[in-house]
Amino acid sequence: MREFFGRLKRGLTKTKQRFGTELQETLNQGVPLDDELFEEIETILISADCGVEVAEELSVKVRERCEREGVSKSTDVLERIKAEMVEFLVANRAAPVDNTTPPDVVLFVGVNGVGKTTSIGKIGSHYHEAGETVVFAAADTFRAAAGEQLEIWAERVGARIVRSTHGGDPAAVAFDAVKAAHSRGTQHVLIDTAGRLQSKSNLMAELSKIGRSVNKAIGDHGGHLRCLLVMDATTGQNGLLQAMEFTKAINVNGIVLTKLDGTAKGGIVLAIAHQLQIPVEWIGVGETAADLQSFEPAEFVQALFE
Amino acid sequence: MFSNLSDRLDGVFKTLRGHGKITEANVKDALKQVRRALLEADVNYKVVKSFLEDVQTESMGDKVLQSVTPGQQMIKIIYDKMVDLLGGQHRPVRFAKSPQPTIWMVVGLQGSGKTTTCGKLALHFKKAGRNPHMIAADLQRPAAIEQLKTLGQQVGVDVHTGTGNPVDVAINGVKTATDAGADLIILDTAGRLHIDDQLMGEVSSVKEKVEPTETIFVADALTGQDAVTSASSFAERVGIDGVIFTKIDGDARGGAALSVVKATGVPILFVGTGEKLDGLEPFHPDRMVSRILGMGDVVSLVEKAQENFDEENAAALEDKLRKAQFDFEDFYEQLQQLKKMGPLESVLGMIPGVGKQLKGMQVDERAQGRMEAMILSMTPYERRHPEVLNGSRRMRIAKGSGNTIQDVNRLLKQFQMMKKMIKQMSKGGMKGMPKMQFPF
Repeated sequence: MREFFGRLKRGLTKTKQRFGTELQETLNQGVPLDDELFEEIETILISADCGVEVAEELSVKVRERCEREGVSKSTDVLERIKAEMVEFLVANRAAPVDNTTPPDVVLFVGVNGVGKTTSIGKIGSHYHEAGETVVFAAADTFRAAAGEQLEIWAERVGARIVRSTHGGDPAAVAFDAVKAAHSRGTQHVLIDTAGRLQSKSNLMAELSKIGRSVNKAIGDHGGHLRCLLVMDATTGQNGLLQAMEFTKAINVNGIVLTKLDGTAKGGIVLAIAHQLQIPVEWIGVGETAADLQSFEPAEFVQALFE
Repeated sequence: MFSNLSDRLDGVFKTLRGHGKITEANVKDALKQVRRALLEADVNYKVVKSFLEDVQTESMGDKVLQSVTPGQQMIKIIYDKMVDLLGGQHRPVRFAKSPQPTIWMVVGLQGSGKTTTCGKLALHFKKAGRNPHMIAADLQRPAAIEQLKTLGQQVGVDVHTGTGNPVDVAINGVKTATDAGADLIILDTAGRLHIDDQLMGEVSSVKEKVEPTETIFVADALTGQDAVTSASSFAERVGIDGVIFTKIDGDARGGAALSVVKATGVPILFVGTGEKLDGLEPFHPDRMVSRILGMGDVVSLVEKAQENFDEENAAALEDKLRKAQFDFEDFYEQLQQLKKMGPLESVLGMIPGVGKQLKGMQVDERAQGRMEAMILSMTPYERRHPEVLNGSRRMRIAKGSGNTIQDVNRLLKQFQMMKKMIKQMSKGGMKGMPKMQFPF
């Protein structure tokens, strides 16, 4: 557990510098709790990609809380900010996964270059280490060498992989993978899809089709389809549009937020939780498989400031 | 969620109507709205701040304060300033003096689209008559070499690979490519998270050894506030000469473009549109600015229309219009033309002002399908002579196309209205229609 927390903290160093240190410096100066201070708090939140709306709301909430609790010193404001942030995130916690009907089929979707394939590799390795069986489905038949990339991960992780040729039908690959899981009794099916910008309606339709095929394959044999949207933490306000549009095509159950270590941000986590009510399930804070962790709001906020 | 800037400013100034003169305080109010719009477009907050200081000075001038349409005036100032900022640096991509081969080194963050961009550059300049070769010096990401090889095959360009040390791979690659007669060498490097000092060091040492003609930074249009940090750290650590802005075919506002140019002072050379290998276009500062401000993209719309425009058909149509012979066959033709331009929603989104009202509203594409079905259920004679469509013919069309008779009547009404409008247009000038106005 200690080790786990340490990784999270290390990974979030950059984010921390913006969120934590900058904020702490301002607050430690012992400034009065006036408009200027709360505007400053707002700006820091915006600069961390929280988005204008969330930043405004959060700063108003913090101010209300401070007034309610009779806070008069700026050094005491920090605790209130943390509390409001956790509240923002906790309201949208992930529901526990229903594991009664294996296989657990997870469809990974997202725009180009967010790290879908890598996330699948890492999550697969998590399951593998827990002694569970995994099959990968290389349903990204579009990008050059996407299948090869997943195959390398499958070898590393010790997972099976279902592939087709370049340009093949992604829905068919997903279907076959679920069928393979049924016949072998595999517990997890992780499906990689091609990256697509949410504005491409034909590609979004293809996603719905993959979803339908998987459900057909699950049929009476049991199983449970979930869809995780993979998102790059450096994404700006377009992240919200992404989540909205993907939700229209397929029911998105959770978010994998990647590359949190490479960025000074992390605020998009708040924006997503607030405006879309889609819980963040995993966050990636480093290169290794162990750096992909399940998301815990309280720990996350704590790590931002420590 | 993202309303456009002109609507915002209109709102601010609307409340001032009847107040007579606009004051400095009003301008400040308006600037707050501008700030918000820019932040929502992902322009970096520091860039926004310094940018707005400039705008404020100018907006306090008499030109804005005494203008009848202060909102429009302010947008014009903002627009011009942004175009200046983005376009001031503009220049074409550089080549080495022959017989030296040109070397472009492509760098950027993970997932920004470096490898795909290499393929696009290769195709683009192969078509322009050059002999490009590519070098896969990304030894980090699994299968990155495979990806470049596959792209090379698709484009028909040689790809040089190697194992071990990226610096050696790059040097050997340049040598082999030059010996093979390449006049353009595109070097793909490993993607990195910019905090990774070791990898940054690796890229700089590759650069030192290879001495590229251009070091091109690939930036992702979806990036948020962080764009400044990553671009400046590449500029500092590696040194960059130009930027290619990718994923511009999405619906991100792309404020990152402004951040990157302002932070590094290097020009944007190309923009990447789409995953297909021909998706590489020259950069147009004015279009980028319209996009950031959410003012719609008239130029792209016109281009899209032109792309799908059949000159001969158009001439024939014009002729018919002059003789007022517009019939259902022409109407059908027009529907087809519209369809070719892509999903109706995205077409409408490019029209200034329309974009916002339609955001979230589903355009019923099926309505268009029903219209087509009705037209196709008519006999050729009926299509050419709509006036013969009496009750029983209408009933037949309704049944034949699976619609109600009311639908058919509605179609006929729409057709009549369109015909009337066209008649007026061909007579010159559109009566009853407000003069077309540009956003400012």
